[in-house]
Amino acid sequence: MKSTTISLPISIGDVTKTYGRTAALDNVNLEIASGEFITLLGPSGSGKTTLLMVLAGFIRPNSGQIRFGDREVTLLPPHKRDVGMVFQNYALFPHMTVAGNLAYPLKLRGIARAEVEERVARALDMVQLVGFGERQVDQLSGGQRQRVALARAIIFEPRILLMDEPLSALDKKLREQMQIEVRHLHQRLGMTTVYVTHDQREALTMSDRIAVINHGRFRQIDKPQDLYERPNDRFIAEFIGESHFLPVEVRGGAAYLGERAMRLAEPPRHQAPAQFLVLRPEKLKIVEATEAADLNVFSGQVKEFVYQGESSLLYVALADGQPIAIRQPAGNAQRAPLPGSPITLGLAPADTIIVPSEEP
Amino acid sequence: MPAAAQPALTEHLAHHRAGRNAAELRAQDRAEQWMLGSLALPGLLLIGIVALAPIVWLFWLSFRTADGMTLAHYERLLHPSYLITLGSTFELSFLVTGVSILLGYPLAYIIAQARPRIAALLLLLVLFPIWTSLLVRCYAWLVLLQRRGLINTWLSDLGFIDGPLRLVHNFTGTSIGMVHIMLPFMVLPLYASMRAINPDYMRAAANLGASPVQAFWQIFVPLSLPGLAAGIVIVFVLCLGFYVTPALLGGGRVMMWSMQIERNVSYYGDWGAASALGVVLLVMTLGILWLLGRVIGFDKLTGGR
Repeated sequence: MKSTTISLPISIGDVTKTYGRTAALDNVNLEIASGEFITLLGPSGSGKTTLLMVLAGFIRPNSGQIRFGDREVTLLPPHKRDVGMVFQNYALFPHMTVAGNLAYPLKLRGIARAEVEERVARALDMVQLVGFGERQVDQLSGGQRQRVALARAIIFEPRILLMDEPLSALDKKLREQMQIEVRHLHQRLGMTTVYVTHDQREALTMSDRIAVINHGRFRQIDKPQDLYERPNDRFIAEFIGESHFLPVEVRGGAAYLGERAMRLAEPPRHQAPAQFLVLRPEKLKIVEATEAADLNVFSGQVKEFVYQGESSLLYVALADGQPIAIRQPAGNAQRAPLPGSPITLGLAPADTIIVPSEEP
Repeated sequence: MPAAAQPALTEHLAHHRAGRNAAELRAQDRAEQWMLGSLALPGLLLIGIVALAPIVWLFWLSFRTADGMTLAHYERLLHPSYLITLGSTFELSFLVTGVSILLGYPLAYIIAQARPRIAALLLLLVLFPIWTSLLVRCYAWLVLLQRRGLINTWLSDLGFIDGPLRLVHNFTGTSIGMVHIMLPFMVLPLYASMRAINPDYMRAAANLGASPVQAFWQIFVPLSLPGLAAGIVIVFVLCLGFYVTPALLGGGRVMMWSMQIERNVSYYGDWGAASALGVVLLVMTLGILWLLGRVIGFDKLTGGR
């Protein structure tokens, strides 16, 4: 609540959780810095929620160690962990008012009535719900419930905050607004935050770092920009952002698309011979000449033009039938190219990303 | 919206009400309502004839003698023997409801927490008695509880007691039998409302610092109250008018209101008195429902929420 809130680092060591023969978490290791906003990003069933539940204490792992700061909490029951949590469905108690929900964790901690009231008032103010204290939970809109859930999770000044897809039930506009609000709140309060989502855009918007998880393992843990610009492998490149892939052959520090050597800013990071060129639609541009000295060029035929408001997508089939796409900012003057007309696209060497199919 | 905009808007709406096809569309609306209403008519008629008409008739009879209108039937109810019966009816109903809560709540909780397969099996066991004839179950209790019944024989064979316990043909036996009959009516609504409690509520409580015991009493129990209220209402109301079990297991020593009704009809052929008894029971039942509804909310009373 106050700016004096102290945050704690989280250390996850060799945590494994199996259900039958499948590993929901497969020997997971992660160090989260004090005050960091980290997002666990992955498709459904990847293990991201399982890991969050292990942190909260709702799921007991088979083995491993969880530490909050100096304190080992692996064996601690959930009610003794002192972490805040925002649930996907908010889990606001329907038999209590908004103020009752907010006061509940404070009452459990034996805080005096006067202070409880004061802190509830302050929390309502912080999430812009002044005057909503006596409302019943079912009289609130989705966004308001979200705010109450957030306020309840931080009112007892936990040093760690866990969030399980908290915005997934909101519509797009409200969701984007709440993303910024949650981000600001984190900047103000500074508690270590672990955020779970399957929405890559949300992860990019909010996080200091993103840990991409799949099949119970971390695939890449990086800052949002690094994750997007320097994906470790095809899975990451496919999961974060839009991309099309062209198979390339890597030999002697160069990449070949068919017989043509690619113009690269730096040699491929991996040595495997069969790799992929990642084509992000917004990195491509339409060029006039079929050859350009400083670009990698791709010639093909226009397949389809899709107008999306602020930008448009143009689907192109390369000579060998491979589909790629280019995104352009939409303008009033823009004409839709006719399907079937020839087109040449260029990609700068600095924007050329070569990834292996799986990180070895 | 600003008040100034109001007339313009009404005008605007009026314009649409007179717009193209408006009359025909309204006619379709009305026809649909009529059709839905007439579809419900047979059901309403049946309920009217089967349920409402006898009640009206009952009221009528309770105020009549051969000579005309009278309150004599109600005056007679002030006689001590009726008041005692009324007292024991309520006493037994409270007791049976109370014991049903004490036994039913933990049972419903276990079933609600069990894995689906086991829960289905346990529910089947709860429902099983309902599918057996009431009479059969009462006689079975008679066999178990009587002086030389199974329970007394075992207890004395094992040396726990010297003489046989008086377990039947009294208040105890009646209570045991009635609890057995009533338990499913307590467990089923309780189970339904417990099952509807999202497990995330319990997780949230734990996360906020509530120990399992605190979370149970502060979150789980309040959220299961609608089921509990529905169970209490069903059991209590059924108990008030219960006849078969008290008659069999009470052995004539437990006088219930319902048995007074039966006596008035079959011994004395006095329909007026019996009707007055029935009206009193009905009014008191409604009174209790109303009181409970005032306390816990009418929507919860029916288990609607």
